[in-house]
Amino acid sequence: MPHGVRHRILAALLIAPLASLILVAFVAPLALLLWRAIDNTELSDALPQSARLLREWDGRALPPAATQRLVAHELAGAAGGDAFGRLTRRANFELSGMRALLLRTARAGGADPVTIDDRWTTPEPWLVLRHLAAPATPSYLLRAIDFSRTPDGTIAVAEEPVFLNILARTLEISALVAALCVGLGWPLAFFIARLPPARARVWLALAMIPFWTSVLVRTAAWLVLLAREGPVNGLLLTLGVVQAPVQLVFTRLAVVVAMVHMMLPFAILAIHAALARTDPWLSRAAASLGARPLRRVWSVHLPASLPGIAAGFVTVFVVSAGFYVTPALIGGPSDQMMAGQISFFVNQTVNFGMAASLAVLLLALVFVSLAALRRLAPEVAR
Amino acid sequence: MRTVLAIAAAAVMAFLLLPLLAVVPVSLSGSEILALPPPSFSTHWYVAFATDPRWITATRNSFIVAAGAVAASVPLGTAAALGLWLRMRPKLLAMFLLPMTVPAVIAALALYFAFAAIGLGSSLGGLILAHAVLAAPFVVVAVLASLRGIDPLLLRAAESLGQAPLPALWRVILPLARPGILAGGVFAFAISFDEVMVALFIAAPGQFTLTRQMFAGLREQISPTVFAAATIVLLVCLVLSWLAARAGVIQERRR
Repeated sequence: MPHGVRHRILAALLIAPLASLILVAFVAPLALLLWRAIDNTELSDALPQSARLLREWDGRALPPAATQRLVAHELAGAAGGDAFGRLTRRANFELSGMRALLLRTARAGGADPVTIDDRWTTPEPWLVLRHLAAPATPSYLLRAIDFSRTPDGTIAVAEEPVFLNILARTLEISALVAALCVGLGWPLAFFIARLPPARARVWLALAMIPFWTSVLVRTAAWLVLLAREGPVNGLLLTLGVVQAPVQLVFTRLAVVVAMVHMMLPFAILAIHAALARTDPWLSRAAASLGARPLRRVWSVHLPASLPGIAAGFVTVFVVSAGFYVTPALIGGPSDQMMAGQISFFVNQTVNFGMAASLAVLLLALVFVSLAALRRLAPEVAR
Repeated sequence: MRTVLAIAAAAVMAFLLLPLLAVVPVSLSGSEILALPPPSFSTHWYVAFATDPRWITATRNSFIVAAGAVAASVPLGTAAALGLWLRMRPKLLAMFLLPMTVPAVIAALALYFAFAAIGLGSSLGGLILAHAVLAAPFVVVAVLASLRGIDPLLLRAAESLGQAPLPALWRVILPLARPGILAGGVFAFAISFDEVMVALFIAAPGQFTLTRQMFAGLREQISPTVFAAATIVLLVCLVLSWLAARAGVIQERRR
């Protein structure tokens, strides 16, 4: 066998184990997550036969009497089970009041729905059930961008933006943190890039220590540093900036300061890499042409580090957009970001469709940002 | 200009490093009040940490899970990196790096759904698997970096001397990749040890890791015990960063 072929087989054999692990334990779960955003199986799980009949109904006026009776019958049979609970929650998400209506109907033990509750004489609850019988639903994704779907299928903008506000807040905090990281990181990266190699390595290693330190340790540290009686307030009092201790913990400021502290190493690393690649002769040439140090920074080093600045900004922005722990522990209710909202839907209200939809939104944001970086600085975004 | 830059650099470095130390005095506080500096000193909270079954379990879990994640991700990641070094396939590399690109909360949510579906939720095994997947990209990147600049002809040379491809890879190329494997291992351990998002979603109280238990402690009733835990975690992180820096130095020297 020629070398090439043998190496190709060997390479494939070496790659296969990790490739299958990532496929099974990451790519597939990610696909499942995307599916969860449109998953609509609650009704088919709880009322399999009604689901079939509801799908056959054309949605005009009311469903045939046989369908109505089957729904009532199956509801009575399913009452109390897990699937029934999920169905009532799901139906209530589409139209508030559905949960009570379904519970009441189920309790009636299979009697004709129209005799149990007047609402069954109107098309709305039937249309909701018909929508729930479909294999997939756009409801969660629509809700994630503050649209809502009425039972008759029209799509309207929600009166009050909820999730777009949280998205905007996430973008705002992440962009601010990224800008601050680039602004604070640049001087340090520039300083390190001009040190002799041995000392530069020590400084870089020191700058990386926070990167290696658990987010929990750093958040705990900021909790005491920013406390009412903490050193930051003490410093502000001594300097006369404030007259009385100010509330710092559980504010937007605390979230931003702590997040900058966590993300700064990423920015430093990216900017330093770009500066280290800069040809040192550029600066010397500028100096020989009479450029003063500040002018050399402005005309040589800053432009040369632009790819690093772009990479640093986007990296910090993307990672920040997914932050959960820091805003949850050190921010107030109005500082919670997308990840906090996702976790809320998982742990508090057990609304997996909404959690998955917001995750899709966040994922889209990340991939758009990374695509933008690829455009801005193709050499760093390989 | 030079002094201004040095002062600015030192100030940023101080901002990076000094806050980390804040947890140490609080953990040594003599009172229950979280004050910095503390009114008096004691080792009381370390005793509380070492005698609380929740913290003992959390410490044990953290080390078990991190060791498991290293044991799984380092061999798989190293093998994959060797394979990519033999024959680079950008699409496969992009797939390997996916767990690194996707925000932690999304990865955690995806694994939470998937593990719940196959009954791996609420188990240490599930946590190890999740951390191995999240750590593997770092191993691949570290090993690939240490193999950069090594001529594939070296493998041909070994083969022409009568070695079969796999033993040649094992005896000639793998030793050259050792700094990268070491760095990858440190990375994998740190990723798992610091990870909290997956643990938040899939770990039941018996499977809490140190960081997960710290999250609970900071959220519910903050006592200096959490800061004793934070100090211990900080020490582990410092050792890891020192190891990583050393692995990096070896790598650079060889180039």
